[in-house]
Amino acid sequence: MADLKIRIAKRCAKEFKDGYVANLGIGLPTMVSSFLPEGVHITLQSENGFTGLEGACERGEEDSEIINAGGGYVKVSPRVNYFDSATSFGIIRGGHVDATVLGALEVDEKGNLANWIIPGKMYAGMGGAMDLVTGAREVVIAMLHQQLNKKTGVSKPKILKECTLPLTALGVVNIIVTEMCVIEVTKVGLVLTELHPDYTLEEVVAATEAHLIVSPDLKPYDITE
Amino acid sequence: MANKIRTALEAIAGLQDGMTIMVAGFMGTGTPEILMDAIIEKGVKHLTVICNDGGLPRGWYSDYDTPRGTGKLLEAGVIDHIIASHVGLTPLVGQGIIDDTMECTLVPQGSLVEKIRANNFGLGGVLTPTGVGTIAAEGKMQIEIDGKMYLLEKPLRADYSLCRASVCDEFGNFLCNKTTKNFNYLMAGAADHNIIATERLVKAGELDPDTFQHSGVLVDMIVEGEKPWQI
Repeated sequence: MADLKIRIAKRCAKEFKDGYVANLGIGLPTMVSSFLPEGVHITLQSENGFTGLEGACERGEEDSEIINAGGGYVKVSPRVNYFDSATSFGIIRGGHVDATVLGALEVDEKGNLANWIIPGKMYAGMGGAMDLVTGAREVVIAMLHQQLNKKTGVSKPKILKECTLPLTALGVVNIIVTEMCVIEVTKVGLVLTELHPDYTLEEVVAATEAHLIVSPDLKPYDITE
Repeated sequence: MANKIRTALEAIAGLQDGMTIMVAGFMGTGTPEILMDAIIEKGVKHLTVICNDGGLPRGWYSDYDTPRGTGKLLEAGVIDHIIASHVGLTPLVGQGIIDDTMECTLVPQGSLVEKIRANNFGLGGVLTPTGVGTIAAEGKMQIEIDGKMYLLEKPLRADYSLCRASVCDEFGNFLCNKTTKNFNYLMAGAADHNIIATERLVKAGELDPDTFQHSGVLVDMIVEGEKPWQI
């Protein structure tokens, strides 16, 4: 599982161009910044109020006035800039964040995204997620292709014809990166653009509820540097 | 010049049961802890609290056994209604909803900020694309501008705003270090009564005016004695 997540993070990293301003979600998305291609330098935004996030602190190195959006103590780059929440969400909503990488509970054929609430199970709140996916220029979903039910051992698709959970936003997803494949969200539907050599096309289709359009230019899933 | 300096209990003397307060901070960072303590000491209850999150629960830091920020108010049971963007770190909110002792209104973080800013700066509301087509749009007017849909987010009012400064002068001009800025620069001035708790208090003119990032005009009362957070 850890290897699969690293694979996904590595593939997501290839979406970044030099000079990008990006915001990475908690968990798998945070790993993306460790795998940037050579020569690609990005500026990470933290929605609690700064640009220039570097990474987690070692114990004893913490500055109690520098936390990230997950509440962890973090290191910052020399070009860090701190601002209030209005500026932070102005940067997000105003399209000044080039890309965001987030996990998802469900994504559908229209690029609708559900990743903040499971009614009756998870009561946390959307935090900055709705603003991020609405405002960021490119929304990259990084997730395992299916949801594994740990009790029953049965996996079920997360890429659906239509989301069933309450939405985070309408039609915002640009690209979905899973351990199996890369899917682009287009006006005509979901286009399979890359397939990992560990899987057949039939296996990907079987693990996906949504209709997949196979790109005439289908490539192998590429995580080489 | 009117003297704005108060003790914490003097500053919240007018705070009554059932009132609405804004509390700045992000997961405790940038929250005025001495004002949280004063509210609990005074014993007011049934508050509506506007804040980003529920602070940090007891035990978040294994070696520091206290809740932090609005987590103190949640533990003391003085909140009837919390208006926030994220409450997932504090099981007390979820439990309060199940037990029907607490109401929670979730607002996207960027919209929460703008609702507070609108009240502070005289706007009738703000149009945002965030939340269109989601639960966050329920009960809100939708307005189409040049072919794009927006939600009308109305101002949020409060009786008191409770903010925290790193340095404040006796007029109330203040600055917040690093990531402690968050909601402090929006909430100060947004309520009927605006209190700043500061780590360091200086005389007017003691520091270069450009040191201060925010206006003392927005501050009604100043309380000294805020401590740096101990990790």
